[in-house]
Amino acid sequence: GVGEKDTETLGKFEAENGLWREENPNRHYANNKIKTTKYTLLSFLPKNLFEQFHRFANVYFVFIALLNFVPVVNAFQPELALAPVVFILSVTAIKDLWEDYRRHRSDKEINHMDCLVYSRLERRYVERYWKEVRVGDFIRLRCNEILPADVLLLSSSDPDRLCHIETATLDGETNLKQRQVVRSFFDLVRPLLFYNSIIECEKPNNDLNRFRGYIIHRNGRRDGLYKENLLLRGCTIRNTEEAVGIVIYAGHETKAMLNNNGPRYKRSKLERQMNVDVFWCVIILLVMCLFAAVGHGLWMFQYGDKRPVFDVLSPEGTDLSPILSAIYLFLTMIIVFQVLIPISLFVSIEIVKICQVYFIHQDMDLYDEETDSHLQCRALNITEDLGQMQYIFSDKTGTLTENKMVFRRCTVAGVEYSHDANARRLAMYQEMDSEEEECMSHGGTLTRRDSVTSHQSARVVLRSQSTKSHRRTGSRAEAKRASILSKHTAFSSPMEKDITPDPQLLDKVNECSSQLDFMRFHSQPMSQLPSDLSDIIDFFIALTICNTVVVSSPNQPRQKVRMRFELKSPVKTIEDFIKRFTPSRLTSGSNSSSSSSLITNRSSNRGCSSVLSSPSAESTLTKLDEERPARGLEHAFSPVPPNYEGKTWAAEEGELRYEAESPDEAALVYAARAYKCSLVGRLPDQVTVELPHLGKLSFELLHTLGFDSTRKRMSVVVRHPLTDQITVYTKGADSVIMDLIKPPSTDNSKGKRQRKIVYRTQNYLNLYAADGLRTLCIAKKILTKEEYACWLQRHLEAETAIQGREELLFESALRLETNLQLLGATGIEDRLQDGVPETIASLRKAGLQIWVLTGDKQETAINIAYACKLLEPEEEILTLNADSQEACALLLEESLHYIQAKFLCTSTDQAAKTFHSEFAAFDIYPSSPPSSSSHTSPFTVHRLGLVIDGRTLAYALDKNLEDKFLAVARSCRSVLCCRSTPLQKSMVVKLVRNKLKVMTLAIGDGANDVSMIQVADVGVGISGQEGMQAVMASDFALPRFQYLQKLLLVHGHWCYSRLANMILYFFYKNAMFVALIFWYQFYCGFSGSAMIDQWYLIFFNLMFSAFPQLITGTLDKDVSAETLQQLPQLYMNGQNSEEYKPYMFWMNMIDAFYQSLVCFFLPYFAYADSDVDLFTWGTPITTLALFTILLHLGIETKTWTWMNWASITFSIALFFTVALCYNASCPTCYSPSNPYWTMQRLLQDPLFYMLCVITPLAALLPRYFYRACQGTLFPSPVQVGRQLDKLPSETRRNILSLSRVKVGAQLGPKPPFLSLLKPFPKDYNHKDQKSFSNSKTAQGCQGPVLQMDNVGKSHQKGQSSPLGVTHSKKGLSDPYTFVSTEIDTLPYTKEAPGHTGESQPPSTKDSDCLDKTLDPSDLSLSSWITSTPLLTQGDSVQVTLPPAGGSQCVTYKRNSEETPGLDHTVRPTRRTEEQLANCSKDHSLQTTL
Amino acid sequence: IAAMMASSYNAKEEDGHHSSGSSHGGAGAVKSKKPDNTAFKQQRLPAWQPILTAGTVLPAFFVIGLIFIPIGIGLYVTSNNIKEFEIDYTGAEVSSPCFNCAKNFSWNSTTSCNCSVPFTLEQPFESNVFMYYGLSNFYQNHRRYVKSRDDSQLNGDRSSLKNPSKECEPYRTSDGLPIAPCGAIANSLFNDTLELYYIHSNGSSTAIPLVKKGIAWWTDKHVKFRNPGGSNNNLTAAFQGTTKPVNWRKPVYELDPSDSDNNGFINEDFIVWMRTAALPTFRKLYRIIQKKPNMTPTLPSGKYLLEVTYNYPVHSFDGRKRMILSTISWMGGKNPFLGIAYITVGSVCFFLGVVLLIIHHKYDNRNNSADIPN
Repeated sequence: GVGEKDTETLGKFEAENGLWREENPNRHYANNKIKTTKYTLLSFLPKNLFEQFHRFANVYFVFIALLNFVPVVNAFQPELALAPVVFILSVTAIKDLWEDYRRHRSDKEINHMDCLVYSRLERRYVERYWKEVRVGDFIRLRCNEILPADVLLLSSSDPDRLCHIETATLDGETNLKQRQVVRSFFDLVRPLLFYNSIIECEKPNNDLNRFRGYIIHRNGRRDGLYKENLLLRGCTIRNTEEAVGIVIYAGHETKAMLNNNGPRYKRSKLERQMNVDVFWCVIILLVMCLFAAVGHGLWMFQYGDKRPVFDVLSPEGTDLSPILSAIYLFLTMIIVFQVLIPISLFVSIEIVKICQVYFIHQDMDLYDEETDSHLQCRALNITEDLGQMQYIFSDKTGTLTENKMVFRRCTVAGVEYSHDANARRLAMYQEMDSEEEECMSHGGTLTRRDSVTSHQSARVVLRSQSTKSHRRTGSRAEAKRASILSKHTAFSSPMEKDITPDPQLLDKVNECSSQLDFMRFHSQPMSQLPSDLSDIIDFFIALTICNTVVVSSPNQPRQKVRMRFELKSPVKTIEDFIKRFTPSRLTSGSNSSSSSSLITNRSSNRGCSSVLSSPSAESTLTKLDEERPARGLEHAFSPVPPNYEGKTWAAEEGELRYEAESPDEAALVYAARAYKCSLVGRLPDQVTVELPHLGKLSFELLHTLGFDSTRKRMSVVVRHPLTDQITVYTKGADSVIMDLIKPPSTDNSKGKRQRKIVYRTQNYLNLYAADGLRTLCIAKKILTKEEYACWLQRHLEAETAIQGREELLFESALRLETNLQLLGATGIEDRLQDGVPETIASLRKAGLQIWVLTGDKQETAINIAYACKLLEPEEEILTLNADSQEACALLLEESLHYIQAKFLCTSTDQAAKTFHSEFAAFDIYPSSPPSSSSHTSPFTVHRLGLVIDGRTLAYALDKNLEDKFLAVARSCRSVLCCRSTPLQKSMVVKLVRNKLKVMTLAIGDGANDVSMIQVADVGVGISGQEGMQAVMASDFALPRFQYLQKLLLVHGHWCYSRLANMILYFFYKNAMFVALIFWYQFYCGFSGSAMIDQWYLIFFNLMFSAFPQLITGTLDKDVSAETLQQLPQLYMNGQNSEEYKPYMFWMNMIDAFYQSLVCFFLPYFAYADSDVDLFTWGTPITTLALFTILLHLGIETKTWTWMNWASITFSIALFFTVALCYNASCPTCYSPSNPYWTMQRLLQDPLFYMLCVITPLAALLPRYFYRACQGTLFPSPVQVGRQLDKLPSETRRNILSLSRVKVGAQLGPKPPFLSLLKPFPKDYNHKDQKSFSNSKTAQGCQGPVLQMDNVGKSHQKGQSSPLGVTHSKKGLSDPYTFVSTEIDTLPYTKEAPGHTGESQPPSTKDSDCLDKTLDPSDLSLSSWITSTPLLTQGDSVQVTLPPAGGSQCVTYKRNSEETPGLDHTVRPTRRTEEQLANCSKDHSLQTTL
Repeated sequence: IAAMMASSYNAKEEDGHHSSGSSHGGAGAVKSKKPDNTAFKQQRLPAWQPILTAGTVLPAFFVIGLIFIPIGIGLYVTSNNIKEFEIDYTGAEVSSPCFNCAKNFSWNSTTSCNCSVPFTLEQPFESNVFMYYGLSNFYQNHRRYVKSRDDSQLNGDRSSLKNPSKECEPYRTSDGLPIAPCGAIANSLFNDTLELYYIHSNGSSTAIPLVKKGIAWWTDKHVKFRNPGGSNNNLTAAFQGTTKPVNWRKPVYELDPSDSDNNGFINEDFIVWMRTAALPTFRKLYRIIQKKPNMTPTLPSGKYLLEVTYNYPVHSFDGRKRMILSTISWMGGKNPFLGIAYITVGSVCFFLGVVLLIIHHKYDNRNNSADIPN
């Protein structure tokens, strides 16, 4: 939820329920009846009409209809003129009514659900309808019941005073959430009946994650209320037998209802454009009317006083002056020409869009079997916008990646465990996925059995590799099935669960725990354990317990494992604790009996039972200080019957399910379980862990300091059962944890060891990040009793504070999490979703700019970006990291300079053009126009990647800098914003959208993407694992990122081109029809007479010509889905609005006028000076116009299905049927046309048929001819695509595979830049000589700059040149291949012998170019431009300027050409940072790509 | 709170769906939402995909050209075979025999003016000859004029007869009595009388029999137009209580003194006039000269005399009055336009076909070879 903070305004509730009063004190609050309907029976008509008249068009048409009632100006029968408006209005009204009725029914159903409400009269709980629940009522909730209102939890059957709820209906999160009983009700047995207090809380708001208030007891004591106490409407009670609460917000004031904003209405770009043209239509209309009015005036004037017999006087018998009658005529003409403003256009568009939405819904390719969900269109009216996107802003986690966190590797105490087997296991999944896809794609060729066997063999390999039996491993299909089975447990797919342990580490864990066991048995102090082993065990304990994972049992997934190993009586003092921990387990039995006597003493032992809060300050503190030897002789080791501890438990252990709030947590817990260190139970006050040899250990959970995004870490404070120490385990982002590590003392060995660990861990962290892994650091801290006491005191104060509790708790957490001891770090892989790289590649080919906005850290983000081909190795990366506003400004300035120096000196555009002309010579489609994007897009895009971090982004988004930032960003091909906040995300989107005037699409899956999704033109939500908030805010919801490809490239394209064509056609159609009447005015004295019968005139649009265009608008496919996906370039068609450009409107208008001229004058001359009467002449014209219009549509229709034929046939049949019936029905009605028997006579007239043949042909001849010429002489890319479609599928596939590069090269923006950026003729050997010379010219331009520095770099190049020549010959096939220099200096030379073609980019030159453009005086200031130092993908050339201020340097990173996915070489020219050196030396880097 | 209420007002089926979904969803079997794999839903209906290129449309152009040109020639010949004679008797020019009549004539004249217009037919008219009167510059299609009639009245509706429609204003009533037939169209009824005489070589003249039956549409005569009182022959009684249109000399039931079945609203001349012309220059069928049973031509070539009873003033709108004699063919009267149009369009198509052929040869071939590499 994104609510505003208005905490100061507290609403006031009185909840004096203990005493029965005459009237309910809360009667003035909203009741729980919900009414989502808009209308009542009475209000429907006025209200609906009122709403419909908000649309300008409707007002206009009503105005015209009313104008018809004025006798002087009326053109039609007034009643008839009302018909279209009434029709349109009633269609909409019926639709609204139906929707409202559905809402009404569902409201009714909800309002009549039952719940138990306490009745004060009957003094018991009685069943009531939901709608009867009022604020202040007590309600009793049972397991699996849905909450009827927002309820404050007052009591729970759970002994921990907890209540579990599932919020899936609210936010889609399937994990259980804990809610607590309000603190002051902890001790009350039956509190509710004798209770008289006042609750004050905030006014209803829509923030799901916030609730504040307090309860004032009769004695004046105040207790805070927090969101942990609030149960929200719509949630389901789970795992709790019974709970009682008081209703706080009811009905429409509940947070769920306030959050529900219904469908969104946006106006698409096409519609905006259309409105402009509607406006033009109005202008044309007025001009035509004015023309007619003036003409009429003149016509009247020429007769002067001799009034002709046909000029009828006004009804009063008076003569009208020419001027007055011209004015009247003006109004009449507006009525006659009203059709020009297409009344049915708006309705038609809506119908077509609904159909489009329906088809998008039905697309099988957008259906995800795994989640049984398909695409949802939440905004119904912007489908065509999908075809016009220019910028995509994407979230990373959960959008590009699966948000399935898989434990990959870890480092403990400075030792790295690479988990190779685990990596292989993960690779296996990938392989099997692809294998399966292959099987799928081959369909008929591979038999089912084949594919099965291949899977099985793969599985066998897998099994042999892993120590665990992977019962559910296998292909993704199996994984899907498994995940459907275990649908209710999030983050628990086999891939996530079944982690293969590293054998080395496993051994150590075993050794360590056996030693511990031994030591415990022999009562040796635990501290004697070697420190590396103790670190390992601590590490795993931390992984296991430092989280909020709830354990549930397999059979009832929603039942919390309630396995208490002792009777509940936690001990509050350290001494108790020590006592309890007599070394031997054997003593436990005897102790347990003594403890049982204490259980009855329940005065003070409820305290620490909550997750987030402790009992009152006094009691805990005193307990800490006092010694109470008699108490709490329980133990962490369970008095569970031995058989329980044995095999049965172990067998079940594998089946335990972990309900985690975030996938990271689940991943870590599963990882620990792989090392036999499994979480077996979590209670609010204790966590039970099973360790090898040691059995179950119960950690007393003293505090949990939950994760928040500011601290970026979470901690648990536990009492360690083995050492009795109070231990803090902290887990968090490496950047924060590393800063909190206690600086190791320098002298002693322990300190040295620590330092080494920190140093090494940091290195490994860098490696992990470079691998694209999410890194977490694990640290611990041991508190002495005094320290703890001291901290605890202030913490308890914070907890009980009423004002500013959050802030105080935050500070308290900060106080605790200091001076940590680093244990290790984990690398979690967030796997890319299927097909993400391919999707991104093809979206980019489609000319879309893709920006990734992520909250992740820079290194991880960059590596994911590489993995998903967002950044490509041959791309150069600009990294902007600035510390201050000024620095940021300078940095942007520098970058701009750099880009200009590098790209503008080659005069890109000109060169690009020459390049095109050259390139076209051997292109496969020589007739297609050259790259549309490079010429038509508003700016040029270079092969540059921009990486910017959140802080710098904040500066860059400043008003003064945003233009510069945009200038830099838009010249980069991809932009990556790391560490960005939700607000920044939306600001970036807003900035790009408003400043660049481009169409933006934002895609994300989490709550943090909501603002971005809302700001963008089209918001897409991924309905993934992170809840539904993004989906609720989105216009479209997709199950997976890769579906975006089909959604945009296929459906977007179709929707856009269909709708654009339909709109244009509409304008044409109406203009053509109206123009007929306009021409007639010249022959009827501009009197406003129409030869077309008013019925035809009014129903022409609504009936006769309506269906074919709807069918075409819904079903027409200009290019098939396959071709659209294989040639993403065709998407540019929509981006550049090529189907509907402003000039096209005018071309259509001109064509319409031409066609109407033909349709008017052919009959005119054919019937000239004959005895034809007005309507016998007008009816053929109507018929001809209909034929022409339908045939016109036929020319514009690209695919003819039987529906098209049927609709056209139907239209014609309808026209003739209606005309015949109409002309035969009533000899005296239908004044003034009175067309009795007209059509019947016409059908006997050969002339009519002769006209019907020639007129449409003559009218459409120019268009038909033009289309034919266009198809041959200058076919648009879309037409080329259509030609491809016509080919047999085999041939087409061949051509596409053969021409993919070329077609892409030709249409896409890449090749020209590629060739231009590599002005290195001697280093590559292009196939084509022309191209070669071309780049020479390009280089010529760059020449001076290059020359200047050649000396400086010559020694480097000198070495490479012989190598370069040889390699370049091998690399013939790739025209853009460059040869590496200095391969011998690289650490990975051995790994890369197979890829000789790749290598050293000519980037040195580019950088040289920069060198020269940078003023030396700027150097010290430009020190924040750094390359990502940790990055090792791709060759990098670091051009370092002389360090002006210490370690400051300017580094530009340049990545070489190479095929991604292959091993590659790292060649830092100069190393400025040690880290850089470190990471480039490390060999484990190479595996990720 | 009021604001909150308002904001949540235009709400939201979502909540409804969710809650009801969760209340029922648990029990019912989970039905897969997988879309049906039908050609329609997956938009894979079999389709014909014409691609407009020079090569593909080429035949169409030639075919059209080849069909249209012969049709055009046929039409043109047909039209040329129609014999038509037209004579202007407006009397606008001094030399015209009707000049005097035209000069001092208006609607108010009570006496009629006669004039004779001699003319010569160069060629004999063989088949039935249709005699038209033609008016120019007469805007019978003027919006207010077209409306100015009452169809119910003309259909014999008694109440409309007594109380004509408002559309007839200002020709609805006269001196307090309803006008029958009301309205401007009826009021401006063409009332010239045309008679045709054949002048023999010896100077004597024979009146040519002019048939006035069958000049109106059958449906008009029998369905649309009816006299009030149904089959009652006493029209005078039927029209009792109405008055004649202002410009008329005699009431509607006396329009044709010679034939009682041609009086009242079903007078064919009246019916023809009431069918308002589409264009300001028009002709209306006046009489038919039936083909003689023997082999002599209907109108042999020679001299004729048109006797005009000049009643209809056209001076006020610079109109012209004509008398037209015409034979007709299957495609109506003489009009070479359609034939010419067919020939023109056919030729243009043919020409464009040639252009496309050239384009096709120059460009399309290369395109095709590029499309299909082997």
